[in-house]
Amino acid sequence: MTPRARRLLFFASAPVLGIVVAAGLFGLPRFGHSDAQYGQVLNAVSVPERHITDVVTAVNFDYRSVDTMGEEFIFFAAVAGVVLLLGAQADESPGHVEDAATGRWVPPTSDAVRVLGLALVGPTVLFALYVIAHGHLTPGGGFQGGVVLATAVLLVYLAGEHQHLHNLYPDRAIEGLEAGGAAGYVVLGVAGLALSGSFLANWAPLGQVGHLNSAGIVPLINVAVGAEVAAGFVLLLSAFLHQTLILRRRRPTPDEPVDPLERSA
Amino acid sequence: MSVLAYGVAAWLLLIGLWGVVTSRNLVHQVICVSVVQASTYVLLVAIGYRVGAVAPVFSGIRVGTIAVDPVVQALCLTDVVVGTTVTALLLALVVQWHKRTGSLDPDQLNERD
Repeated sequence: MTPRARRLLFFASAPVLGIVVAAGLFGLPRFGHSDAQYGQVLNAVSVPERHITDVVTAVNFDYRSVDTMGEEFIFFAAVAGVVLLLGAQADESPGHVEDAATGRWVPPTSDAVRVLGLALVGPTVLFALYVIAHGHLTPGGGFQGGVVLATAVLLVYLAGEHQHLHNLYPDRAIEGLEAGGAAGYVVLGVAGLALSGSFLANWAPLGQVGHLNSAGIVPLINVAVGAEVAAGFVLLLSAFLHQTLILRRRRPTPDEPVDPLERSA
Repeated sequence: MSVLAYGVAAWLLLIGLWGVVTSRNLVHQVICVSVVQASTYVLLVAIGYRVGAVAPVFSGIRVGTIAVDPVVQALCLTDVVVGTTVTALLLALVVQWHKRTGSLDPDQLNERD
């Protein structure tokens, strides 16, 4: 389809979509006057019933924690897909980093970036652990904290070299951490089945409202999710960095035909 | 004000689709897909909003205080995670495609065989 035909198709169909969307939006409750009963019930019962002060976390990791388990495995499958897609292909091998534009002066990473990057690693890790550990009390949790934790690894990359990044962690350990986090969620659910008769039941003591060790298994689920998300994002980052910085296509040998699809060398 | 949030959601949906249709670069196109997805974040959070209500976090706030709907916010979190993973997968495909063909033009996607 030519770009022109695509545009014409868009102009023909966008008004139809716009009318359908507008009709749907006008059927919604007036902005600022939400009266969804389910949400109001959860706001009322979350603290007395589950000792969770962040109701969003109560929804995600207690009242509908089975759904969040599914979401966690969507993430798991996507990370596996990216690692698979960006792995070394049959005709690729690790090579030296080549600058596409030769003959130019590439400035080294400035001292300011190095110092600031390394100085921020510690506080970032601490903040990530705080966000993961306090998910049931204040906004946060495993997903948010896990992403922040993975940012710390990105800071190390910014402050140094890709090679340093690989000395920082072994890939196998990161893969184990990701799988372990995903498995931990399921193990906590099965434990609920064994102890309370239903999958992902909140079987642990609920503790005192507002304390770090409260809300039963919710903080434990958050730790499992935090480990999986942090490890998953580190795998994503290292897959993309490895792809752009290390892997090079092998140059064809003289008797090997050049790939006709290779338009730009 | 009352229609602004819903209007922004509809606008993001349509402008994102316009970007997908007219894009001449696959990376740009992937970002346009995430703009389309961003409209669902705005819509979800807007549906749950109540005038004068607090956030659904009852640390330091008495239980029973009128708070916004926590369910749509939880759905929004799910949405963000799924959106991120979709973007990562699509970008991985784009990287491989560029490596195979040296091209990022969506119009050349069907040129091979």
